[in-house]
Amino acid sequence: MRIKAQIGMVLNLDKCIGCHTCSVTCKNTWTNRPGAEYMWFNNVETKPGVGYPKRWEDEQHYHGGWELNQKGKLQLKAGNKLNKIALGKIFYNPDMPELDDYYEPWTYDYQTLFGPEKKHQPVARAKSQITGEYMDLKTGPNWDDDLAGSPNTFDQDPNMQKIEADIKANFEQAFMMYLPRLCEHCLNAPCVASCPSGAMYKRDEDGIVLVDQERCRGWRFCMSGCPYKKVYFNWQTHKAEKCTFCYPRIEEGLPTVCSETCVGRIRYIGVMLYDADRVAEAAEEPDQTKLYESQLSLFLDPNDPEVIKQALADGISEDMLDAARRSPIYRMAVEEKIAFPLHPEYRTMPMVWYVPPLSPIMNYFEGRDSINNPEMIFPGIDEMRIPVAYLANLLTGGNQEVIKTALYKLAMMRLYMRARTSGKAFDTDKLSRVGLTAQTATSLYRLLAIAKYEDRFVIPKSHKEKVENGYEAQGTVGYDECRGCSLAPQHGSMFRKAEAGKSSAEIYAESFYGGIWRD
Amino acid sequence: MASHPFEYFLWTIYPYLMLGSFFFGTIIRFTFFHAGVTAKSSEMLEKKRLMVGSTLFHVGIIGVFFGHIMGVLIPKAWTDALGISDYVYHHFIAIPAGAFFGILATVGVYMLCWRRFRNHRVFRTSSTADLIVIAALTIEITLGMLSSFVTAPVHPDFNYRTSLAIWARQLFYFQPDFRLMLATPLMYKLHVIFGLMIFGAFPYTRLVHALALPWRYVYRRFIVYRRRPQV
Repeated sequence: MRIKAQIGMVLNLDKCIGCHTCSVTCKNTWTNRPGAEYMWFNNVETKPGVGYPKRWEDEQHYHGGWELNQKGKLQLKAGNKLNKIALGKIFYNPDMPELDDYYEPWTYDYQTLFGPEKKHQPVARAKSQITGEYMDLKTGPNWDDDLAGSPNTFDQDPNMQKIEADIKANFEQAFMMYLPRLCEHCLNAPCVASCPSGAMYKRDEDGIVLVDQERCRGWRFCMSGCPYKKVYFNWQTHKAEKCTFCYPRIEEGLPTVCSETCVGRIRYIGVMLYDADRVAEAAEEPDQTKLYESQLSLFLDPNDPEVIKQALADGISEDMLDAARRSPIYRMAVEEKIAFPLHPEYRTMPMVWYVPPLSPIMNYFEGRDSINNPEMIFPGIDEMRIPVAYLANLLTGGNQEVIKTALYKLAMMRLYMRARTSGKAFDTDKLSRVGLTAQTATSLYRLLAIAKYEDRFVIPKSHKEKVENGYEAQGTVGYDECRGCSLAPQHGSMFRKAEAGKSSAEIYAESFYGGIWRD
Repeated sequence: MASHPFEYFLWTIYPYLMLGSFFFGTIIRFTFFHAGVTAKSSEMLEKKRLMVGSTLFHVGIIGVFFGHIMGVLIPKAWTDALGISDYVYHHFIAIPAGAFFGILATVGVYMLCWRRFRNHRVFRTSSTADLIVIAALTIEITLGMLSSFVTAPVHPDFNYRTSLAIWARQLFYFQPDFRLMLATPLMYKLHVIFGLMIFGAFPYTRLVHALALPWRYVYRRFIVYRRRPQV
């Protein structure tokens, strides 16, 4: 047994309102640079929908993730090493998405909006940020947001294609949900396994998957190897970039930007301990509906003295162990089993988990006899084959039973809390049917509904003092070799003012007025 | 030397300038600027033409590279000792293999060149060096094909293995005799001059990716963990 710690995330889909705040704050922090315009380290998709890039879940097309070969051993779906060399895939990667599978980034020709008075209203036309030419917009980020145009597109959702044709027809009236997506920081990351240069790696201390920009040679196999399509190619630097799990913040014990800014407080960050020696074995489970449980078996109980002893021997810090014991991720994923990994059938052992949404099912029954008899929700969950089958395709590789069990639990917790707050009697024996007690139901309610900052984010500070001299490291990180990757040119006037001896307060007063920063 | 100052320069000094630039540049690039070494892929921007063009070109150019090693670096005496006659060497080895890989490389490089200049996305994101490199490769491969399949039949008495190849090997032990090159047809000369120029420019352009082959991938484990060394 070799114990490693992994930072993971849980997203409570029940509370996601699809506001895209996470995507926007992430973009402003990480990808507002030339070459990175189309990159969304975090994006929010409306489901059912085609996703971003289009049809990313169609692994028959993109060949991302892992599969089992004839001997039952793990193998990259894009082909083994020999096959990549023999077929010359290094000269041309057949599985890599094109810009049009994402969208061509554009800006507007704002200059034409200013000028002398003219007879006609000036119009700002869309201008490609790649070619600089005018373009007619055909698609863009979140083009099918809130099911826009879905009658034409939702057939293309690969999760829908696994559902029988007759139920598909009424789907939009029955169910819609949001799926915020970021890099899964997988335990068995196929992007890392695909990288020919060895530039991609998992950090030993917290499992965050990163691209070493110095060593990336732009072979692009990570892009196609990632079944979630969360590694992007910067067309300016010709290197891969991906979600960093905001590691500079995590190291300081702060949550990622997407989590910090989530207005719905749907995101949880915490530590999990797992047995690194058993990852490949767990991913080789032949039955894809059992992969979720197989992944669960990797996680170790942070309160078990044997585990603690071994973890300390394997170099895991006391702070990390303490965080693991208080981890909201461990609570939701392992103890309560209400959170599920995204597409475990890719055999990636992803570490961003989702609490399935109950609200769409609740809404369906609201206004029916559910008001009189709240317990109608339970047969309701069983009856509503569509959402459960869809969620199972998304989160458990098709295992509907575990999704139903989680939904029962969430529903029972709601009924219990509704009875308590409205002062009605509630037979607490009913809680034990779903594996809850009055006490755990209450604490689960606090975790999910109240979701206090310190309950959501249990992140140990890293011990950077052991691995770097912070004073010497100042200013050593960044894109110094890349033209246009830094924002400095855009803020040039500010630097000139500073060099001319103005204080930051003066620069602020001069540049910030009318509610806008003006360079 | 006095009678042919220009030829002397071309075949005695110029090759070392270019090869010197190649080695110097490569060392500098990989020591101080290795982060900038990438395949500079434009597949993201255009895929269809790249599929045919890049595959043909790369397979062709690798074949052609080994062909040059065989033709130029292996002395004629060695193949003679193996009992391979000149006729067999040319008609059964050099010409068929050269034609096969040469045509692949030619078709490929023309497609890539067309793509680079005519596809708006690719053209607009190209640096000047990218444009020069693809144009230079197109010219160089054209010159090479013309030498082998037009000039060679026109000058049947010229055998590069008894003149040009010897001069080329002499470069490696620093005693090049420029007189060996005097009788070489113009097309061959141009091919050599241009080729050396590409070698000289190699480390400063996108071409360096050929030296960054990820051969370690073949035997390394799949999942890489990195731990920062303790200070």
